[in-house]
Amino acid sequence: MTDDIKTPEANEEQILYAKILEVGMYIGLMILLVTFVLYMTGIMAPAVPIELLPNYWVLPVHDYLETINHEYLHRDHVVTGWGWLAVLGKGDFVNFLGIAVLSGVTIVCYVGILPTLLRKKQTAYLLMALAEVIILVLAASGILTAGH
Amino acid sequence: MFTRVAAVVVTALAFQPSLLHAVQEAGVMTGGDQLVWWAWPLILLVLTFVMGILAALGGVGGGVLFVPIVSGFFPFHLDFVRGAGLLVALSGALAAGPGFLKMNLASLRLAMPVALIASTCAIIGAMVGLALPTNLVQTALGATILGIVALMIAAKKSEFPDVPQADKISSALGIYGVYTEASIGKNIDWKIHRTAPGLFLFIFIGLMAGMFGLGAGWANVPVLNLVMGAPLKISVATSKFLLSITDTSAAWVYLNQGCVIPMMVVPSLVGIMLGSFIGVRILRVAKPSFVRWLVIGLLLFAGAKAITKGLNLPFFF
Repeated sequence: MTDDIKTPEANEEQILYAKILEVGMYIGLMILLVTFVLYMTGIMAPAVPIELLPNYWVLPVHDYLETINHEYLHRDHVVTGWGWLAVLGKGDFVNFLGIAVLSGVTIVCYVGILPTLLRKKQTAYLLMALAEVIILVLAASGILTAGH
Repeated sequence: MFTRVAAVVVTALAFQPSLLHAVQEAGVMTGGDQLVWWAWPLILLVLTFVMGILAALGGVGGGVLFVPIVSGFFPFHLDFVRGAGLLVALSGALAAGPGFLKMNLASLRLAMPVALIASTCAIIGAMVGLALPTNLVQTALGATILGIVALMIAAKKSEFPDVPQADKISSALGIYGVYTEASIGKNIDWKIHRTAPGLFLFIFIGLMAGMFGLGAGWANVPVLNLVMGAPLKISVATSKFLLSITDTSAAWVYLNQGCVIPMMVVPSLVGIMLGSFIGVRILRVAKPSFVRWLVIGLLLFAGAKAITKGLNLPFFF
């Protein structure tokens, strides 16, 4: 332990990461709250009537998607992956925008610190950041699927 | 006195028999049509607010309380509860992350290698969890929650673990730092050891986080603190920040599979964030041991409920 002379500061890439994360978090949260108000007030009509939601949220996800597609959306395929973008005009699906921003901000943070890591010749961390970006983009892409 | 009264009120709300009974009954009935539709998000908002207070007081993330309790007592299918649980944990991490990073309490250098392993495994865990039968996942969730209770009871925390020498991996990666410990007015130098076994354990932590939608603060902190030797404050802050990466990867899998119902997610996020906000303030006057046992009791209750629900056995409540 050393006596307090000066409060230690975080390194450059850590501060940069924090700043991007903070901005992204606020943007995502704001979008989420605004879109939820649009949904709840009926300003944007939902695909699934909110008073009927209790009939659907008891179902396994596969059955839920099949049912709401059959009864309300009438699309060729159920809405999975980035399919919600095509129904963004619906009050329930517009909420996915904020959720996607909140889920995506970490990718932006990692991409944001790549130039700093490159300039500082932090090869190991540069490779780790690149690998993390690839993994998160892969997860976000919807290529990785699972189901019952 | 105030703390005890607040805790009793919180517990009473959480265990409110008529509320839970109504929730339980409606969950059994088809479509939960005993209550008007808006009652569920409203109850969820109130309950997650209480959970937010308890989570902040008990030093656990919101996800570990959210998933077993909501899946056990609400009519929502486990698929949606896990998706919402991850987003609850993710939001808490996103909210706390920037502050911890700027204060140099969360370490990006410590988090990056750990996150790479945990987030990869969380994706695998999420895919496995969504592929397995619901009853099996629910039972395994209950067993995991009871395991977490055992860990909470058994694990001792070390404020400043003794790390005689940094190991080769952490030295090569430059994982060390210094932070200001305000309580004693000193700067603390820290380094870590046993990096390889620590990273290995994050394989399992990531798998469980993704499979059950739990977040993973309950496991991150003991590994960072007790195995790798990071000071407690660094471990807690880095763990919280880490969740913003680990849970992101799994959250994408659930989001892409359609396991997100905004009517569940948004009230949960708002409730848990408001509750955490209040909880942090109560924490100043709270007795940590009393709150810790309160959380342990709640987890025991929720874990037992998850197991009985998964096995289709009767539950006393």
